Amino acid sequence: MSNLTLMIVLLALLAIAYQLGLVRTRQVAGQNPAQRMHSRPHHYGVLVGLWAVLPAFFIFLLWSWGSPWAIDQLLIAQLPESITSDNQELRVALRRIGNLASNFGVVSEAADWELQAAAFLAETRQLSSGLMLALMAAVSAAGLLYGYRRISPLQRARNQIEKVVKAALVLCSTVAILTTIGIVLSMVGESLRFFSFVSPMDFFFGTTWNPRFSTSGVAEGSLTGSQGSFGMLPLLAGTFLIAAIAMVVAIPLGLLAAIYLSEYASPKLRATAKPIIEVLAGIPTIVYGFFALVTVGPFLSDLGDFFGLDIRATSALTAGVVMGIMIIPFISSLSDDIITQVPKSLRDGSLGLGATKSETIRKVVLPAALPGIVGAILLAASRAIGETMIVVLAAGNSPSLTANPFEAVSTMTVTIVNQLTGDNDFSSPQSLVAFALGLTLFVITLLLNVVALVIVRKYREQYE
Amino acid sequence: MTRDHQDRIQQVQSITETGHSMNQQTELKMKARDVKVYYGNDQAIKGIDMDVVKNEVLAFIGPSGCGKSTFLRCLNRMNDTIDICRVTGTIELDGQNMYDPSLDVVQLRAQVGMVFQKPNPFPKSIYDNIAYGPKLHGLASKKSDLDDIVESSLQKAGLWNEVKDRLDQPGTGLSGGQQQRLCIARTIAVSPEVILMDEPCSALDPIATSIIEELIDELKANFTIVMVTHNMQQAARVSDRTAFFHLGELVEVGATNEVFTNPKHKRTEDYITGRYG
Repeated sequence: MSNLTLMIVLLALLAIAYQLGLVRTRQVAGQNPAQRMHSRPHHYGVLVGLWAVLPAFFIFLLWSWGSPWAIDQLLIAQLPESITSDNQELRVALRRIGNLASNFGVVSEAADWELQAAAFLAETRQLSSGLMLALMAAVSAAGLLYGYRRISPLQRARNQIEKVVKAALVLCSTVAILTTIGIVLSMVGESLRFFSFVSPMDFFFGTTWNPRFSTSGVAEGSLTGSQGSFGMLPLLAGTFLIAAIAMVVAIPLGLLAAIYLSEYASPKLRATAKPIIEVLAGIPTIVYGFFALVTVGPFLSDLGDFFGLDIRATSALTAGVVMGIMIIPFISSLSDDIITQVPKSLRDGSLGLGATKSETIRKVVLPAALPGIVGAILLAASRAIGETMIVVLAAGNSPSLTANPFEAVSTMTVTIVNQLTGDNDFSSPQSLVAFALGLTLFVITLLLNVVALVIVRKYREQYE
Repeated sequence: MTRDHQDRIQQVQSITETGHSMNQQTELKMKARDVKVYYGNDQAIKGIDMDVVKNEVLAFIGPSGCGKSTFLRCLNRMNDTIDICRVTGTIELDGQNMYDPSLDVVQLRAQVGMVFQKPNPFPKSIYDNIAYGPKLHGLASKKSDLDDIVESSLQKAGLWNEVKDRLDQPGTGLSGGQQQRLCIARTIAVSPEVILMDEPCSALDPIATSIIEELIDELKANFTIVMVTHNMQQAARVSDRTAFFHLGELVEVGATNEVFTNPKHKRTEDYITGRYG
């Protein structure tokens, strides 16, 4: 029986046990008319269902997790000494036997002892799954019976179910947290491996990025004796240059749009215009990249010619401008919400003192909303720093340390893409550097987010 | 004395006859005629005529939803900030119709200040809260002038001694009663002629309330005060005249002790004796 069928059977069992529980509850309630049942009938039903299914499910999980290892141990005990002594050979043998047992066939003729072992393995596996099924059935039946018989007016079924639900909720949030921790740990691990090749000083403070020509484990005296330069600063500078250009574009546009939407636009216009602006955030970034490459880049280049400036079509400016357009909705939408949250009483207070509408907005509403707006801007900035596709296509991919927005630059995200695509060896510093870059990027955006959240939260407390 | 002036004093005579105790010479400050207010299609105020005398405290009482706050907000055109609100009729301030299209509402609101139900200090320092209005209207040319305005306003609002050492701290950090006095000081700082107060004590505790009531009593020497209150005792304590509103109509207006001891209308009597409201 496949695991999928097993799950379906368990679900069916849950439904049946639930119905049984309901019926039983009505019986019990009918027998004791004097005493009110503690919980509603469906609570008892669900509880019976859980008793029937959950213990069996845990057995299934434990068995699926532990039995392959146990079976392997049994198998290894069967194998000749000559094989088990060598780890490498043992692994190959186990794989061959496994394939034989599943009737997949193996390369080259199977030896006698291999066939024997495969037969043993197949047999043991069958036995194991049979055992598991039997055990599950027994536990399930016992659980069903136990839950069924426990139903009584005094049983606190609802409280018990709430405990189970709470445990399930905790489990779900734990998954999210553990995933985050896992990602961070794996990045830290790979970064540490990278730092065994390149010193952190060279990485964080080096001003040259040129990893291409070095290979891992360069043979002494070979022609490419240099280790390559892994200085992160040009990438960091490129990242911040583009993000800064994006913010220069997005802050005025987004903020003024937010002021218009929240203070001047009629409710009807606001209800229409706001979602339309938010569509900007929903456009896939690769489409923005296209737009930058095909339309904005050449346009800026022509514009530069007109003013006698030398602007490359793929430059920090192109990427920054397009990225700025992309993050407008982050700023406008959040700021609009924040400005709208400023209490009407403050506006009335200002208007009541004879201030005009624009004075009220500039001197009362915006200062009151400022912390929240700063939070919105920081969130947008962290988005800009982590953005990849636009810069891959439009920034020119030239890791040079420059502050000139008309030059082509490269960013950390672009470099990560470059280092991980192609046929690099995954244990070479060329690939591992991607993890170090990723970790740095992660720390930067995390800090920005934390600062932004702290500011936004502080602001929220102000009116409560 | 101009003819216009005499005219106004004559108009006040009619108020005197309806029970206003006239110890000193009085002068008409505001005159509302046939004021109607609509929210969309609903009529909130159904044609009100009212006079406000200079340097008096006039209290509006009435059950919830009777239009007293709406009418108060007409007196400095705060209803303009509500899109669906429409006002007809005339309200004159010193003989000038404030709903005249040529009149600048900003100037009007500097003359007729407003204190709101909930204390609403700006999230700025105490000093900046007071200096906000004078700065806007350019009332102070030098920093020292501004300092003087801040100090005198806070003194008039009876808050100076409590906050003089912490003018740079946020106004939102004060207690509720102090915040409300800060808002009154902020209004005074613009030197208005009339101060409108919309239930200024409804968010305050009894002690803070009594301080504000005393303050109102002192302020009427320099300002004309129109206040809305839910608290009939408060109206009886602080006001010179009381107006009773019901269902968007002005039922009765007269000297406070008259209205409370000898109301002319059945509805006023029913409300005051607690039969509804």
